[in-house]
Amino acid sequence: MTALLQILFDALSLGSLYALGALGIALIFGVMRLVNFAHGDYIAFCVFALLWPSIDAAAIVFAGNLPTIILIPLILAIGAGLSVLSEILVFRRFRNANPATMMIASFALGYVLKNFLLMLFSSRPKSIDLWSNLSQQVEIAGARIPLLQVITITITIVILIALTAFLKRTRFGLEMRAAAENFTMARMLGVKANRVIMLAFAISGMLAAAIGLILATQTGTVDIQMGMSVMLVAFIATVIGGLGSLPGAVIAGFLIGGASVLMQVILPLEARPFRDAFVYGAVIACLIWRPQGLFAPKSAKQRV
Amino acid sequence: MTLLSVDNITVRYGRLTALRGVSLKIEDGETIFVTGPNGAGKSTLLKAIAGVVPAAEGAIMLRGQVITGATPESTARLGFSMVPEGRHVFGALTIEENLMLGAGMRKDRARVGDDLSQVYDVFPMLKERKDKPAGVLSGGQQQMLVIGRALMTAPRLIAIDEPSLGLAPKVIDQVYETLLKLRDSRGLTLLIVEQSSTRAMMTGGRMILLRSGQVVLEGDARTLARGDTLKKAYFGYGEH
Repeated sequence: MTALLQILFDALSLGSLYALGALGIALIFGVMRLVNFAHGDYIAFCVFALLWPSIDAAAIVFAGNLPTIILIPLILAIGAGLSVLSEILVFRRFRNANPATMMIASFALGYVLKNFLLMLFSSRPKSIDLWSNLSQQVEIAGARIPLLQVITITITIVILIALTAFLKRTRFGLEMRAAAENFTMARMLGVKANRVIMLAFAISGMLAAAIGLILATQTGTVDIQMGMSVMLVAFIATVIGGLGSLPGAVIAGFLIGGASVLMQVILPLEARPFRDAFVYGAVIACLIWRPQGLFAPKSAKQRV
Repeated sequence: MTLLSVDNITVRYGRLTALRGVSLKIEDGETIFVTGPNGAGKSTLLKAIAGVVPAAEGAIMLRGQVITGATPESTARLGFSMVPEGRHVFGALTIEENLMLGAGMRKDRARVGDDLSQVYDVFPMLKERKDKPAGVLSGGQQQMLVIGRALMTAPRLIAIDEPSLGLAPKVIDQVYETLLKLRDSRGLTLLIVEQSSTRAMMTGGRMILLRSGQVVLEGDARTLARGDTLKKAYFGYGEH
């Protein structure tokens, strides 16, 4: 029973990261039909922002030492700012280009960001101390669960509820949902394209920042490769969930997280190093079964 | 007063020229039918005015302002409300959300509530289902919804592309009846694209016939219906 609970928390906390990542990608895909492969580099960028303004080889955390109440909004703002800036400077110019061109542009942007970080901070991972007291364990129904897992899951749930409320209850949310379904028609009803797209990028950037904060706390390191694995899985989750479907992306994120943890437990010891092969095998099976994704939105058809 | 003037516009899709030198003037309160065979450029004309496709040459003016090259959202803000072919309801949004979407850009917030209840008066079926996703509506109901949604933008001019497409004759009658009623009660200007000229003759108003991207005939719908000028122009007999 306690082992089961532990597995459940492992699955949920890993799934949380994937779900937040998938949401960030799906939001932008919804309004722009762009799969933003620079998303992982936004995550890394936000993690490195914890070191600002120091670029020493030995990590001297500066921004990261700010009080929590300032630090969190600051990092979220940096994520949002970076994301919006990349829309204005890069993606806006490709808005009428075909999706493949936009995707290549996002790869290019990702390389620029990565190499920018590499230039400033070198490729050596640095260890930092961010909220390390969260690594202590709490006892829930007999199982010892790291406090950070509980917080990760709680934060994710709060973010999901807040985002749902924003999308369902506000004017901006209504415009974003409409734009995701039929952008041209929304514009013909007076919805401002730039505003909706910038908003999507801002929220997506904040989600990347949130992932960065969680990763940095979890691992205690700052590394250029940091966002990569989350980004890859998150992208797969958006595809499995049905590109363009926000609930689909979230659910698929949790599914992949759950599958990874489950495989880790149930696979025979010798097969465990190949866990990812089994997970992606399941992904392939899933896509053969439903190529359009599990929750493909009706709007997935080509727009006018 | 001239509400909309299209001056000699040319629209190209790649190497294909969809409109060549089309001009058109619409006065306040008029009803204009644009007819013509498939591929004549009827939809392109509406899209060019709406700012969805760019005009390669020529100028478009709406209420005294040049809107050539303007974005769809700014053209909509000047009072041009477009109902494109195929209706385009937001299927995942509720019916009321669909309607309210059109009202977001309005400055006269106080009037929005009145307009909503007016739309519900005209289309009671929408009110009954206002919290249902719009995707569940039938074709005719969706047509009513997009007309209602266009009204919610407080437009001066409503442009409708093929309102009768895919609808039963009885429903088409209803759609037109409603449109004309709204035109009279609201002082709207209507720009309607229909492939067939029959409806234009029944309804009356000015008719413009497009063929191969050019205006080939223009005049009063009922006058044109007499004789075979229209048929000749439509099919292009006796030219070369």
